[in-house]
Amino acid sequence: MKIERKPLTLWERLYLPAIISGMMLTFSHLFRKKVTLRYPEEKPEMPPGYRGQPVLVKDDEGRVKCVACQLCEFVCPPRAIRIKPMAYPENAKYKKVEKTPEEFEIDMIRCIFCGYCEEVCPERAIFLRGPYSVTGLSRKDMVFNKEKLLELGGTLPDPIKKWRKK
Amino acid sequence: MDPILIHLIKIVGVVGVLLFICAYIVLAERRICAFIQDRLGPNRVGIPLWIRKDGSAIQIGARWALGQPIIDALKAIFKEDFVPGHVNKFYFWLGPMLVMAPALMVWAAIPFGSTLCGVPMIIADVNVGILLVFALASLGVYGIVLGGWASNSKYPFLGGIRGSAQLISYELCLGLSVIPLFMQVGSLRLTEVVRWQTEHLWLVCYPWNWLPAIIYVASSFAETNRAPFDLPEAEQELAGGYNTEYSSMKFAMFFLAEYANMITASALMVVLFLGGWHLPFVPVSGGIAVGVAHICIFLAKVCALALVFIWVRWTVPRVRYDQLMGLGWKVFLPLALAGVLITGLAIVAGWSPS
Amino acid sequence: MHDQLFWFFSIAMLLSGLLVILSRNPVNSAMFLVVAMCFMAGLFVLLEAHFLAIIQILVYAGAVMVLFLFVIMFLDLKAERRRRFRILTFGGGIIVAAAFMVKVHDVVEDMPLVAAKGVAGTTEAVGRLLFTRYLLPFEVASLLLLVAVVGVVLLSKRDLK
Repeated sequence: MKIERKPLTLWERLYLPAIISGMMLTFSHLFRKKVTLRYPEEKPEMPPGYRGQPVLVKDDEGRVKCVACQLCEFVCPPRAIRIKPMAYPENAKYKKVEKTPEEFEIDMIRCIFCGYCEEVCPERAIFLRGPYSVTGLSRKDMVFNKEKLLELGGTLPDPIKKWRKK
Repeated sequence: MDPILIHLIKIVGVVGVLLFICAYIVLAERRICAFIQDRLGPNRVGIPLWIRKDGSAIQIGARWALGQPIIDALKAIFKEDFVPGHVNKFYFWLGPMLVMAPALMVWAAIPFGSTLCGVPMIIADVNVGILLVFALASLGVYGIVLGGWASNSKYPFLGGIRGSAQLISYELCLGLSVIPLFMQVGSLRLTEVVRWQTEHLWLVCYPWNWLPAIIYVASSFAETNRAPFDLPEAEQELAGGYNTEYSSMKFAMFFLAEYANMITASALMVVLFLGGWHLPFVPVSGGIAVGVAHICIFLAKVCALALVFIWVRWTVPRVRYDQLMGLGWKVFLPLALAGVLITGLAIVAGWSPS
Repeated sequence: MHDQLFWFFSIAMLLSGLLVILSRNPVNSAMFLVVAMCFMAGLFVLLEAHFLAIIQILVYAGAVMVLFLFVIMFLDLKAERRRRFRILTFGGGIIVAAAFMVKVHDVVEDMPLVAAKGVAGTTEAVGRLLFTRYLLPFEVASLLLLVAVVGVVLLSKRDLK
């Protein structure tokens, strides 16, 4: 389809009115509210469901939800996750869980934020959310251990206490 | 005092102030462009007063990034000055110098104040003032052409070619658009132009000067390679144009020269159309205070016009190359000639006071 | 000071003029021509012909030579190869140059040596002369230029018709 373009009128062909109105527009923008966030002081609010870095969560009783099944370690495409499982001692409150991670490390240099670990986790213990600023001064700094991941993750209240009922 | 010493002081003063304004106009450009796009722009680096033991600094004007020009200059100096292997070394080095030098030399003939302690505030008050300015400014194109050619790569070459054609075309319009002014003033001497404007109204106040003024403004946008006529360095098409292969201080020279040219163009506009250092209700002659006030008025006007340059750059999109040439040769040139005719009629009819 | 400047400008001008014809790279030649013109403008300034000096730079160095450079770059001329020295061309060149010099000498001899200081060079004087005494040659020259412009437009647009 061919669209006929109307020839410009004399007023339009003068260009100056259009340029001046454009300049007025940009001038009004000088005084508008700025959208810039002054980053280190002002942090952006992340929307719910934002896929940040993987973190571990605890339930409201303070138990590490991860049961060290190692599915995430298995599914992780860049093999960023290293888990060292540990058995609960005989007299522990959560003896029925059997396993818990002794060490849980994610190499944040290797992680590709694919979210497979979150998808595969049967216990809903690992999530990609919250923190987006992953920084460190050395390669060692960038390997996040269990304590750090738990601290970043916080708690996720779980209404069903299935490990208590068993 | 020794006249040569006075001249030296004036030259050093002019170049110093010019480079200072250049540095800060770059900051102003970044700030204003950010504001127009609803951003904040540079807002971190102040002028450091004292650096503490832990590396933090006490600084002033950090909110307005007053230290940004210092940081930018340091960055340019300490960057690696990479010269590609395929360039013509001699002209590659010559290019940035040839752009910068005319931009500074032009200030020899621009009156930046009335008199201070009996010394006229102009370096060389020659009787062909405006022609001298145009002649020196026209040499600036060599830097662009040679820089583009010596880079020996496609985009810079295209930028250089565009630059030369554009600058020659618009020099014509520029020259023709100021002829009406000198018909009214009766002298090419720039001090004479300002003196005429102190005795009568500013030249922009007469309606027959509006057409030349518009042509002059548009042509000086083209002459200084500023948007909407910044085709020699069109980033999107030419990857930066004639200065693509340049880095470090050589690039900074091109960059500064653009701003120096811009300030020179606004200074000329102030002198030719806006009464130079003259402001109503400020005495035309007097003691030191009046002399200093005149310089400040002149600088204020120049800066205001330079801000308009910036404002236009972030408003108007770039024109196409054939539009640029068509505008120059088919619109501005006849209109400038018409301006000469109209002013001639105005003088014959006795409307122009002279 | 005046004399030293005169010698400096003349020698520098002649040297760069020589380099125009001696350098093999066309861009170098063009740039040396620009330099020669700037020195020539310096000579005009010494004669207090400011207007001529400025026009020299504005028109020749600032516009014409830029176009020259433009064309040289567009044609992508390579540096000239060293040509075989021929006694015939060299001798012919010498004879023509000598004849030209003799003629120039004759003309200069015939001219009255008037100090042109402060009269010929000012804008007003030049303008007055152009519009009174030399009005006809001036208009004829402009007509000639117009013819050239029309001719160029016709030649370059011929196949578009």
